Amino acid sequence: MTNSLNDILITMANITEKISKLFPQAVIEGDTTPVVTIPNAQWHDLALALRDDADIRMDYLITITGMDWTDRLGAIYYLMSTTYNKIIGVKVIAEGDRQQPWIYSAADVWKVATLFEREVFDFLGIIFVNNPDMRRLFLSIDWVGYPLRKDYDQNPELNPVSTESERQTDFTDVYTLDENGKIVKNEVRVFEKDDFVVNIGPQHPATHGVLRFRTAVDGETVKKIDVYCGYIHRGIEKLCENLTYPQTLHFMDRMDYFSAHNYHHALCMLYEKAAGIEISRRAQVIRVMMDELSRIASHCLFIGTYCMDLGATTMLFYALRVREQILDIMEKTCGARMTFNYECIGGVMQDLAPDFRADVKALLEVLPRNIKEYNDVFTGNVIARNRMEGVGVLSREDAIAYAVTGPSGRASGWACDMRKLQPYSIYAELDFEEVTATEGDSMARFKCRMREIEESAKILAQLVDNIPDGEYCVKVPKVIKLPAGQWFQVTEGCRGAFGLYLESDGSTKPYRLHIAPPCLPQAAVVDHLTRGQKIADLITIGGSLDYIVPDIDR
Amino acid sequence: MQDLSFITSWIDSSFRSIMPGWLSTTVECLLIGVGLLLVYALLALFYIYYERKLCAAFQCRLGPNRVGPWGLLQSFADMFKMLIKEIIHLDHIDRFLFALAPYLVIIASMLAFAVLPWGNGLQIIDFNIGIFFLIAVSSIGVLGILLAGWSSNNKFTLIGSLRSGAQMVSYELSIGLSVITMVCLAGTMSVGGIVEEQADLWFIFKGHIPAIIAFVIYMIAGTAETNRGPFDLPEAESELTAGYHTEYSGMHFGFFYLAEYLNLFIVSGVATLLFFGGWMPLHIPGLDGFNHIMDYIPSVVWFIGKAILLSFVIIWFKWTFPRLRIDQLLSLEWKYLLPINLVNLVLMVLIIVYDLHF
Repeated sequence: MTNSLNDILITMANITEKISKLFPQAVIEGDTTPVVTIPNAQWHDLALALRDDADIRMDYLITITGMDWTDRLGAIYYLMSTTYNKIIGVKVIAEGDRQQPWIYSAADVWKVATLFEREVFDFLGIIFVNNPDMRRLFLSIDWVGYPLRKDYDQNPELNPVSTESERQTDFTDVYTLDENGKIVKNEVRVFEKDDFVVNIGPQHPATHGVLRFRTAVDGETVKKIDVYCGYIHRGIEKLCENLTYPQTLHFMDRMDYFSAHNYHHALCMLYEKAAGIEISRRAQVIRVMMDELSRIASHCLFIGTYCMDLGATTMLFYALRVREQILDIMEKTCGARMTFNYECIGGVMQDLAPDFRADVKALLEVLPRNIKEYNDVFTGNVIARNRMEGVGVLSREDAIAYAVTGPSGRASGWACDMRKLQPYSIYAELDFEEVTATEGDSMARFKCRMREIEESAKILAQLVDNIPDGEYCVKVPKVIKLPAGQWFQVTEGCRGAFGLYLESDGSTKPYRLHIAPPCLPQAAVVDHLTRGQKIADLITIGGSLDYIVPDIDR
Repeated sequence: MQDLSFITSWIDSSFRSIMPGWLSTTVECLLIGVGLLLVYALLALFYIYYERKLCAAFQCRLGPNRVGPWGLLQSFADMFKMLIKEIIHLDHIDRFLFALAPYLVIIASMLAFAVLPWGNGLQIIDFNIGIFFLIAVSSIGVLGILLAGWSSNNKFTLIGSLRSGAQMVSYELSIGLSVITMVCLAGTMSVGGIVEEQADLWFIFKGHIPAIIAFVIYMIAGTAETNRGPFDLPEAESELTAGYHTEYSGMHFGFFYLAEYLNLFIVSGVATLLFFGGWMPLHIPGLDGFNHIMDYIPSVVWFIGKAILLSFVIIWFKWTFPRLRIDQLLSLEWKYLLPINLVNLVLMVLIIVYDLHF
């Protein structure tokens, strides 16, 4: 394996050394996940060096966290090297005053940054100079104020609930610097002047939630798509800042509601890491089993709804049959079939139901039969193959540049499974394959998920008879206070890499909790994949990416 | 074989005995119209129930089972609901065309009903170009769909109706060619004549290879012609919400809905006529006893039974296959079905010329 060889050759120390050699002004703190602080003037050069330098190769931008430290604003970029499997943070402090803070855009370095920077602009008002599309992302264009700033005025009269239609614009802004170093705002058309623009969404059966694609079509051919999000935005990050740590957990099942266990698990781990809490082996096994059960249930739902999008309604019921069985298992233990609130700081809320083992075994028995049936009925069908093969091909380079992780990224040949790359909990001890494919088309994405069901079943089979005794939840203090500091962590949700950034000021509430969902980049890549394809392919491609809209919007 | 024309001639003569000729003709026309409407409504109700039950069986569900025994009254309830629903009036549409479109669609399928061979002697009109008339009137339906899509002033309906136009115009070729293939074998275009020709053996057996090819093509094209899955692109709900009838509400939508089911019946009815003997019972040459027993089953039952069985196949398609894409749909027709059909026509002519059929 070249990867393990590189691991030996390139350590984190090598990378930080190289950075400080290239950019002596950079301040580097931390050792496992170091954070490089760089002045805005050098940021763009550093970004290029980080991506292109043969010894660094930070080609995957995980997320951009906008920060307000009250005295200054800034952004923290978390990057990962797909070659050396190392994560690094870059902190850039915005120039200018609070009226017009700005940072150089990295949209030309990492393609997905275009959208991430829009999010930061939306919530913190930081202008990214040279970003080709500097609009608000989630909030309406008339919104007053920037919610994630600490001095944001929450007075409801400033932003009343409108009974009028939302104001729309066909223009986007591009900010550039003129020769005097002043910021100039230019208006650019989103679509060409006489494009035939169809609104697909927000109320549309195939967008899987309230996502809106403004689609310019030429006959049946898609010319350009403008993704319009925010219809289910709830401001979870802002809400978290006013809640105690255990209270913030409840939001994790309301983003990607199919990855509820996985997200809860991730946030619990982050808090436990920060607080230095060791949890029992039993709790870890239970958490991992719940994660994998969720993954199977989620992929089953994907298979069902995806086939329905393609017109094969019957498959939905075949796939839901298995999902129902999993939901029954969850219901017995967690008391809910959706929005499970099961994992808590220190372990899990309650012990497993008495017949959990028997139920999981029964599930493992029917799974292979069902997968065979799905393949017989759908995968081999000539119409299905014509609809999916070669449609929406995403190359490995583009998958990384657009940060498309999860099964969709793995279908393009990018081994991006965080359970393997950044093993957490007990995943390092488990025997399972990372499913990848090379085609990168819709069929590959479909098949990857199908095979991941089998791998998750393999994990469950290893654990079902090895659930150790012990306490399911260790004793934790009644009031949880985290030490001041910052933590970043990536785990694997059902749909890809789920990043969490936590900054604590030592109180009982997070100073800033940034959530980097896997679905936002997947929505960003739709435009790239659908250009020149048919309208029907938009459905095929969107469905195969399997984004969940509440996860995009948060 | 019982000839049911004695009923119609009895009705005719009894009318003529009590009223002048012109009046009796008018009254008969009205009666037939009412009868047709009744059959139309009943068939539609039956088909809605039939499809829902079949679909449920394919999907491991029970289907309608609450209203009436085994849910039999469900489709009556559905139709009643449809009738009392408000028809929403829209602004910025072409009102006249918008209102006209559903009637055009429904008239097309009504007219086609007139020439179907319902039973021995139970045909409404039987003239020498019956099958030609049927193809001609069933193409009126596409006009209704195009108008519906255009007059709604909605981008989804426009795309849906244009898809539909492209699809129907293309697949009418295949339908026409496979009908011509069978007309060659029958030697007549009269619907009654085609049925009579199959008195000893149904065409699907008589014409063997070319007839079977024509049948398969007819079923594919017929499914496309009725806009049903896997060819339901004009109303692909995951792409275009409901396609051309997105803006319709109440009974106007109901007309499109009814026409879809009735077209399903018409397509299967014509397949029955061309390949499975219309109302003609199953006769096997040489087995006179068997043929005699078959004759005891009324011809109406034969026709409707066969049509419903063929509809089963079309419904089966819909609930099994994913949907095609527009370019795939058109290339299937123009690159595969049309050439095969043309070759098949030549093959059929050769078989007839050299007398190779049974």
